[in-house]
Amino acid sequence: MCECSCKDEKMLTLDETLEKCGHDAGNLITILQSAQEIYGYLPAEIIYYVAAQTGISPARVMGVATFYSQFRLEPVGKYLIMLCKGTACHVNGAGVIETAICDELGIKDGQTTEDGLFSLKTVACLGCCSLSPVMMINDEAYGSLTPNKAVAILNDYRSREEGGAEA
Amino acid sequence: MRLVVGQGSCGVAAGAGKTYAAIKALMNENDTFELGSTGCIGMCFLEPIIDVYEGDELVKRLVHVTEDHAAAIVDAVRAGELDRISNLFISDDDASFLEQQTRIALRNCGIIDPTDIGSYKARDGYKALEKVLKTMTPEEVIEEIKVSGLAGRGGAGFPTWFKWNAARQSKGEEKYLICNADEGDPGAFMDRAVIESDPHTLIEGMLIGAYAIGASEAIVYVRAEYPLAIINLNNAISQARAEGIIGKNIMGTDFSCEFRYMAGAGAFVCGEETALIESLEGKRGMPRLKPPFPAAAGYKMKPSNINNVETFANVAWIILNGGDKFAAMGTETSKGTKVFALTGKIKRGGLVEIPMGQTLRHVIFDIGGGIRDDKKIKAVQMGGPSGGCIPEHLLDTVIDYKALGATGAIMGSGGMVVMNEDTCMVGMAKFFLDFTSKESCGKCVHCRIGTKRMLEVLTRIVEGNGREGDVELLEELCISIKDGALCGLGQTAPNPVLTTIRYFRDEYDAHIREKRCPAGECRDLLTFTIDADKCKGCTLCARNCPAAAITGQVKTPHVIDNEKCIKCGQCIKNCKFGAVQVM
Repeated sequence: MCECSCKDEKMLTLDETLEKCGHDAGNLITILQSAQEIYGYLPAEIIYYVAAQTGISPARVMGVATFYSQFRLEPVGKYLIMLCKGTACHVNGAGVIETAICDELGIKDGQTTEDGLFSLKTVACLGCCSLSPVMMINDEAYGSLTPNKAVAILNDYRSREEGGAEA
Repeated sequence: MRLVVGQGSCGVAAGAGKTYAAIKALMNENDTFELGSTGCIGMCFLEPIIDVYEGDELVKRLVHVTEDHAAAIVDAVRAGELDRISNLFISDDDASFLEQQTRIALRNCGIIDPTDIGSYKARDGYKALEKVLKTMTPEEVIEEIKVSGLAGRGGAGFPTWFKWNAARQSKGEEKYLICNADEGDPGAFMDRAVIESDPHTLIEGMLIGAYAIGASEAIVYVRAEYPLAIINLNNAISQARAEGIIGKNIMGTDFSCEFRYMAGAGAFVCGEETALIESLEGKRGMPRLKPPFPAAAGYKMKPSNINNVETFANVAWIILNGGDKFAAMGTETSKGTKVFALTGKIKRGGLVEIPMGQTLRHVIFDIGGGIRDDKKIKAVQMGGPSGGCIPEHLLDTVIDYKALGATGAIMGSGGMVVMNEDTCMVGMAKFFLDFTSKESCGKCVHCRIGTKRMLEVLTRIVEGNGREGDVELLEELCISIKDGALCGLGQTAPNPVLTTIRYFRDEYDAHIREKRCPAGECRDLLTFTIDADKCKGCTLCARNCPAAAITGQVKTPHVIDNEKCIKCGQCIKNCKFGAVQVM
């Protein structure tokens, strides 16, 4: 947010959502989902802003933001890897996929690579159990993974990124 | 001729979107065939799938269709000679997966276009709602559901009519009907398939329920991880509203009902109905003390009724075909059909809807085709984190709420994860406790701390640090959580541990006493070595080792560096000479 009193575009979009939700605390989750879509995560000042706009305490907003796994309090990388650790994926070897990804990127679950390219998040179930083990990078799903296949996919993203930078 | 591409989430993940686009790109204005989309047929193991229709008749099902097949398909269809692509035809064996099913909740899945209300109406869509609104009283609707014996498909199996009646009898002008579409059980995806592939059947079932209890608003609480389901549901709501099926004076009658959805934000506990209500109200999803039950004081403290997606998906069929026809299927205590998500080490994984009363063995071997790689089945996990593992010797148990409950597992929402001899049952118990300890909402001490302590004990067992008496300690913790947790999820959290101890005690003992994992899965208890006599030095293992832990020259025996080895087992899979050994 800028220092002056004018509102930037993101803020105006959030205001629209607040308006649509009637500034109602009962719609807090929907409001926070919208805020996260706008900002990519939930910055502290937005938590305070939403609290003021809905008439509830920042602590309660924070309580909701930390309760649900969807909400993030820190920015994520350009590519969010959601690695499924549901039952079917577990049985079919999600654990070794996680090890391979972590080793390749040098990060753990919940972290972001230093170059800001990848974030890793393990999730309970993506619902593509028949293709297990599965991961989703942004909106693209990749099934029947092996450690090598997972690493190759990450390298694909990397080279696409490097190609883009050259062009 | 019409080509219909299955584009449910599984299909898309397998590449159905690319297949569709490739065919579309090849079509021109002279082509007389059409290209369409449908949802999930439930044969996930064959995705991407294309159905070829002649009028309303399905003439061929093409499977494993990638974008590379697009040109051949278009050529064959143009020439009217489908036999040219006979390599893509479904085999009789695979086709039996569907032929052995009885589909009620999934009756339209993979057949209709989920984005088109006309497609739903063409298959008797909204006729049940019309019948209800124009010819039946709410009491008659509840009676019909009572006759059907329909029970909650979310897991608990509570009679649907009873909940509807309680909400109907509750005093108050403002009532709510809520659908629990927060399918949190990892390994279950039938609700997602219904919403994605047949959203109008959910809307119709809910409106009938709303009429029965006297609700003025119906709300779907849907899992945020299901983006396609949300898009299709949102679109279906708009279409239904445009046709006067949602809103004021529905179908010209006195009945009015609003309809909306809310996306959840990721919390397993929100599958519990009072936690779901808290979440709907914008709060942390923590269960409420019951009573008052939601039927008396639920959403906004008004009378509310909550059912699961699959429950609602049966309602329109019951109204049109009669409750007695539904009740004619199944067993004495469990009526109708149930949908299962068959996954894990199974040959044919996907959605299976069958009448209650069939055996687990029938589902796994006759429908599912048995175990992948012809290995031996060890157990089947049912009911997810609230359920348990049923061992091989009990596979003749029939699918029935009572019979499954007697094994220590539960019917659950329908996740059926098959495990073979390579799956460690202690590891399985740890997997679920890891899940429940993270997902515990924290309200009750026994659940919040008890699951953590259980996870710690299970972790030390699989890491080879288990102690004598750990199993007894786990059992003690299980009992205290069962007794001390407020909600159903907390009370059932120990089930995966209790059932694995009950049926696989020997595996626990092997980990604790011999520091050995009989399934060869617990990595800390394994060492990988290469038998120098068997190794031909083909380098395949070294080239495919993700950790670069294998070294050796061509045609000389290779060596594994155990410091670097991540014990992923890739070398075993790749070795053609059986030289890699695990101890």
